[in-house]
Amino acid sequence: MIEISHDDALYYLKQMMQIRQFEDKIMDLLSQNIAQGGSHLYAGEEAIAVGTIAAIRPDDYIVSTHRGHGHSIAKGGKLPELMAEILGKATGVCKGKGGSLHLADVSTGNLGANGIVGGGMGIGTGAGLSIKMRKTDQVMLCFFGDGALNLGIFHECLNMAAVWKLPVVYICENNLYGMSVSVKRACAVQDLTKRALAYDMPSQSVDGMDVLAVNEAASHWVEYARGGKGPSLLICNAYRYYGHSRSDPRNYRTKEEEQEWHDRDPIKAFSQRCVKENILSQPEVETLEQEVAAEIEQAVKFAIDSPWPQPEELYEDVYA
Amino acid sequence: MREITYRQALNEALAEEMERDPTVFIMGEDVAIYGGAYGVTRGLYERFGEERVRDSAISEVAIVGAGLGAAITGMRPVTEIMYVDFIPLCMGQLNNQVAKIRYMFGGKTKVPLVIRTEGGAGRSLGAHHSQSLESWFIHIPGIKVVMPSVPYDAKGLLKSSIREDNPILFIEHKILYNTKGEVPEEDYTLPIGVADVKREGEDVTVIAYSQMLLFALQAAEELGKEGISAEVIDPRTLLPLDIDTITNSVKKTNRAIIVEEDCKTGGTGAEIGMQIMENAFDYLDSPVVRVAGADVPMPKSSALEELAIPSKEGIIEAVRKLVG
Repeated sequence: MIEISHDDALYYLKQMMQIRQFEDKIMDLLSQNIAQGGSHLYAGEEAIAVGTIAAIRPDDYIVSTHRGHGHSIAKGGKLPELMAEILGKATGVCKGKGGSLHLADVSTGNLGANGIVGGGMGIGTGAGLSIKMRKTDQVMLCFFGDGALNLGIFHECLNMAAVWKLPVVYICENNLYGMSVSVKRACAVQDLTKRALAYDMPSQSVDGMDVLAVNEAASHWVEYARGGKGPSLLICNAYRYYGHSRSDPRNYRTKEEEQEWHDRDPIKAFSQRCVKENILSQPEVETLEQEVAAEIEQAVKFAIDSPWPQPEELYEDVYA
Repeated sequence: MREITYRQALNEALAEEMERDPTVFIMGEDVAIYGGAYGVTRGLYERFGEERVRDSAISEVAIVGAGLGAAITGMRPVTEIMYVDFIPLCMGQLNNQVAKIRYMFGGKTKVPLVIRTEGGAGRSLGAHHSQSLESWFIHIPGIKVVMPSVPYDAKGLLKSSIREDNPILFIEHKILYNTKGEVPEEDYTLPIGVADVKREGEDVTVIAYSQMLLFALQAAEELGKEGISAEVIDPRTLLPLDIDTITNSVKKTNRAIIVEEDCKTGGTGAEIGMQIMENAFDYLDSPVVRVAGADVPMPKSSALEELAIPSKEGIIEAVRKLVG
């Protein structure tokens, strides 16, 4: 038996579907050259963003990664504004100046995706420091990938947060590859939770394909941080379905491995489980899928119909 | 008016702004108990406590990165990077995160972050503790680069920097900390991005900042005895540069010399000189001249270190040649 209300189940499933369909649509738009530049897609990892962000309050913070569409959607980003931003339009959430790699909305506590691997970890740590100094009971979820584990910033930030007991949950999205190099080939220590030992920080590894397991673990560490006990390291193990980016030939992993992870798809697994346990009905799931598809179409239409930024906007927003 | 040191002026600015605004805090290496490697934050830990005067680990990336995170969530951090030579360690945070975040977010955030650091030669500290790297930073849209030369400017500009909603790289000079100058008792601020005419003159415009301003003023004094009247301008802020004050002077004197401690190639003088060309070419009687640091890593031996940066004599010689 799983313990989840009908409304919560519907909420989780809807967000995961939104992210999946959003990403699949962007792949289409990239193929048609309607979306320019690059986009790193989150398909396969939906349960992490949805499960963790469901564990925090609207006034809490997140900071995201280069694979950040999922976090922005889960933190309450509006699909049309996000889609318009990815297309570089004036109606985008960052007025078309950020794009896929810099989706952000400080007003909703989303301190941004980041084009630099590990680049947001300082921001996350500093927001934690700010929370502590302002004496609020907010929490920061600081996302990064397995690729960031071997950067100096990982060490500097986790150490700082541990020394100062900052309310930050460091969430490592381990999708097994930093672009093409596997965790096996990149990390000396394979049990990634051990990386927290150096900071005397609690750590946990969780199945990142299971939204409820992710939510349960995240809720624990969020309350731990909110209670003033300090930071933690949560390793969420999942798989990115697409390549690192559009041009990725995926020659560093096998079709068999990809299939194994697809067989454990977080959306299918969760919806089947909810139907089996009579929390949701099959028609409800199908209707939801259609509703989300319509939302995505509207977002794309909004983005395509939106104007480009005006030339005079080039020099705006460099300084306050 | 009372005279205090450049170090005291900076210390007063920090204390006054911390008193005025509870969101201002200090973070960096050895800033609390030790009082800063050059003593600028001395006494502030005792006065404001460890919450607001934070000794951090030797973690330049985390200091600047966390400063940014705190700045966009309601605080006004004043971070310290002990030597400008250590900024390359956190250059990614400065260039990719601090400077760009407002623009990338479509203007939806402000970054009231100060990064204090100090640079320059003169203490025989060798190549990792003596550089002048300001030209790297004026190439970064989104930050402002402030380099005060005298105590009055140091205090007024640091106070403005702390109140500013943009990221400021505030570069002090290790040789200036013990220099004295007039500083009023009462509260004042100075505008960022405004140059100051430190000495009026007719024959040549000498543009100099930080330690070089002192050398330039000494040179101007001696040149005056020879009947050469030099106007000395301190930009005080290198980004944004107050090119109007400089070109107004050049239009009067028709000659310009830039004195800079950084390496000549690709240095700050190249930028200032080109802007003079763009704005006042028709007024120039001769090409703009640079008196600059040598294109070498800073040598340790004081015998060589002296030769690696401009001197009063070098400035005098350059002016004589230009005016004569």
